[in-house]
Amino acid sequence: MGYDLNEKNYSKDLDLSLLTPYGDTLNDGKVQLSFTLPIKNDEKGQEAAKELAKKMGIIDPLVAESITLDNEFTMYIVYGTVIHTIDYPKIKVETVETDVMCKHEIEDFIDDHFNRNIIVVGASTGSDAHTVGIDAIMNMKGFAGHYGIERYRNIDAYNMGSQVENEEFINKALEINADVLLVSQTVTQKDVHIKNLVNLVELLEAENLRSRFVLIVGGPRITHELAKELGFDAGFGPKKYAEDVSSFFVQELEKRKHI
Amino acid sequence: MGKLNLDKNTIKEARQFALKIAKDTQEFIDKNTTVSVERTVCRFLGVDGVNEYDVPYPNILIDHIVKYGDLGIGISNYLASTIKATNLGILEIAYAVSNKEIDITSYPLLESSEVKDILAPFISESLFKIKEHKSKRDSYYDKYGQKDGPLLYVIVATGNIYEDVTQAKAAAKAGADIVAVIRTTGQSLLDFVPYGPTTEGFGGTYATQENFKIMRNALDEVGEELGRYIMLVNYASGLCMPEIAAMGALERLDMMLNDSLYGILFRDINMQRTFVDQYFSRVINAYAGIIINTGEDNYLTTSDAVTEAHTVLASQFINEQFALFAHMKEELQGLGHAFEINPEVENGFLLEISQALMAREIFPKAPLKYMPPTKHMTGNIFKGYVQNTLFNIVTITTNQKIHLLGMLTEAVHTPFMSDRYLAIENARYINHTMKNFGDEIEFKEDGIVKLRAKKVLNDSLNLLKEIADIGIFNTIERGIFAGIKRPINGGKGLKGVKEKSGIYINPVLDQMEKELKEEK
Repeated sequence: MGYDLNEKNYSKDLDLSLLTPYGDTLNDGKVQLSFTLPIKNDEKGQEAAKELAKKMGIIDPLVAESITLDNEFTMYIVYGTVIHTIDYPKIKVETVETDVMCKHEIEDFIDDHFNRNIIVVGASTGSDAHTVGIDAIMNMKGFAGHYGIERYRNIDAYNMGSQVENEEFINKALEINADVLLVSQTVTQKDVHIKNLVNLVELLEAENLRSRFVLIVGGPRITHELAKELGFDAGFGPKKYAEDVSSFFVQELEKRKHI
Repeated sequence: MGKLNLDKNTIKEARQFALKIAKDTQEFIDKNTTVSVERTVCRFLGVDGVNEYDVPYPNILIDHIVKYGDLGIGISNYLASTIKATNLGILEIAYAVSNKEIDITSYPLLESSEVKDILAPFISESLFKIKEHKSKRDSYYDKYGQKDGPLLYVIVATGNIYEDVTQAKAAAKAGADIVAVIRTTGQSLLDFVPYGPTTEGFGGTYATQENFKIMRNALDEVGEELGRYIMLVNYASGLCMPEIAAMGALERLDMMLNDSLYGILFRDINMQRTFVDQYFSRVINAYAGIIINTGEDNYLTTSDAVTEAHTVLASQFINEQFALFAHMKEELQGLGHAFEINPEVENGFLLEISQALMAREIFPKAPLKYMPPTKHMTGNIFKGYVQNTLFNIVTITTNQKIHLLGMLTEAVHTPFMSDRYLAIENARYINHTMKNFGDEIEFKEDGIVKLRAKKVLNDSLNLLKEIADIGIFNTIERGIFAGIKRPINGGKGLKGVKEKSGIYINPVLDQMEKELKEEK
């Protein structure tokens, strides 16, 4: 350990079709990982850690440290070179394609394109008791310096909180004549959030209401691709704020006016 | 004085002993020259490049006078007499010596005033370049301002100057203020400086003038993008200490590792050679406005940080006096120390606070270089990250200046780009959230912190007394620093030391010293 005294013979060109990790030299493929095995901390255990790393495609694994957690539990910190590469240009990811505007631009956009306020209802639906996601998007205070849509001059926002049943959610939307439905799913188990989201879409379709609303879902495990698959108009994952969400729905509403 | 109530008289006394030690050593230094000092003179006269066998021309000239003339006369007189007799240019002379066409020791030697006159235009040209670099650095600071608080210092060590550039730029963007390019293992033992850009080496690549230039340009470029001046560091140490200082001065490095004892102790370079080389290199650094980093932190990698803390302080006192002899002001003296107490020591954190604050209070103007834990780092990167966090807390609390960031993978490999990023993120977080913590706290009378500082200072005074009594050479022979013993006539490079003859002259050193004295 210490200085790396091995000769380095990596390709000096960045070929994105053979993408591999960067440690301290282009194409060196260096990765770090740590894990625990339910075995004794001895030489055999270290060998087991190395074998496991090799099966993960890590050649020349180095066990930098093995730490005894209990008689039969050992934590390993391993470094090595991964043999796998990724064909990066071939990766396709669906993302929300609309332009992201700032709060002030969104307000102006609503002034310019609609003769009224936009009505939004949001909730954390089903069994999910967490409001952190919906609050981050809707609350006056917002999140990480991004104001929530309650603060937007010409958006009327209704935040129903958590554990809202889908039926109740739809009734509220009809009552206030909402343009946009925001659904948040924060912590879920065994993919219960998927069932709940599918259920919402099915209820809307059964009542022939699906096209009446812009339907959006957000949460740490949501991607735009997943949302589309489930029948939503858009999905927002981590690090998306009120601007991202409202930029999408105002532009989507504008588009729908012309259909 | 300060928060530790250190005894002013003890500090004063310690400085007086350190002065005596440095003065005795300086008498030896003034009587001698070395092959590297003379090669450095060649570089300032404009000798650069390598011949067809990759031998640098400064080496060709100095090897020639060692063989056919007298190193004790110095290269200057030989070159001036050759210029006068042949009318050749400096580089033409170097080429001719390399081709064995002339013997520069065969011409009549000159009076020193004539040597000075003949070489003056060459020297002025080099010194002008250095002044231009100094004013360029100053203009960057005028434009961007100087940062308050610790300067974040990271290393790059890929072994390829171009890959180093990639990583240095990423580090600057993450928030690094200082980038040190690590040299390849073993360069300190080369008695020549390699030439041109290099893409090889182990744990770093060669310090060459071209590599300095490549990295300087890259850091200026990224600095302009970021609106900050990014400082560049390399190593003026080893057998080519003053030559590398010269190259750094000519390419606007901002800091140089430059210790009076490190090479002796840790690289087994002869002590006579080191002291003489160290002196010229420090004058050059002082002249170029380059901050030196001394290497006391290294003692604690072999000795215990609790029992041997006083040797660090004693060495800082000595390094300070050596630097003052070399006309270097306190603001350029990056005296070194380190956070190296074993994590198992009870209240180790308080001892670290005490020692770091002690250095701060004793050397108030020096941009202290504070080193992160290395000796007690393990492959447990998670624990290492905590050790580095505690180190960062001591750094900001005691107001250290050159904040060398610890890498969580210190004991595993030279840093990955991501390791460096995490280190910078950690330091920025701590330095920001605890910015004025040090201003808000005081220490208990007769508490652990105050008593510790008092003890270390007293122990260091006693050690300085002992060293002043027996001299620095004997001290090193007895293994008082870092527990390493080095004989006065042992180690590498002794053959390159020669007592100056009566007609010795070093017009470069003379001119630099003259200007530095005027500056005061």
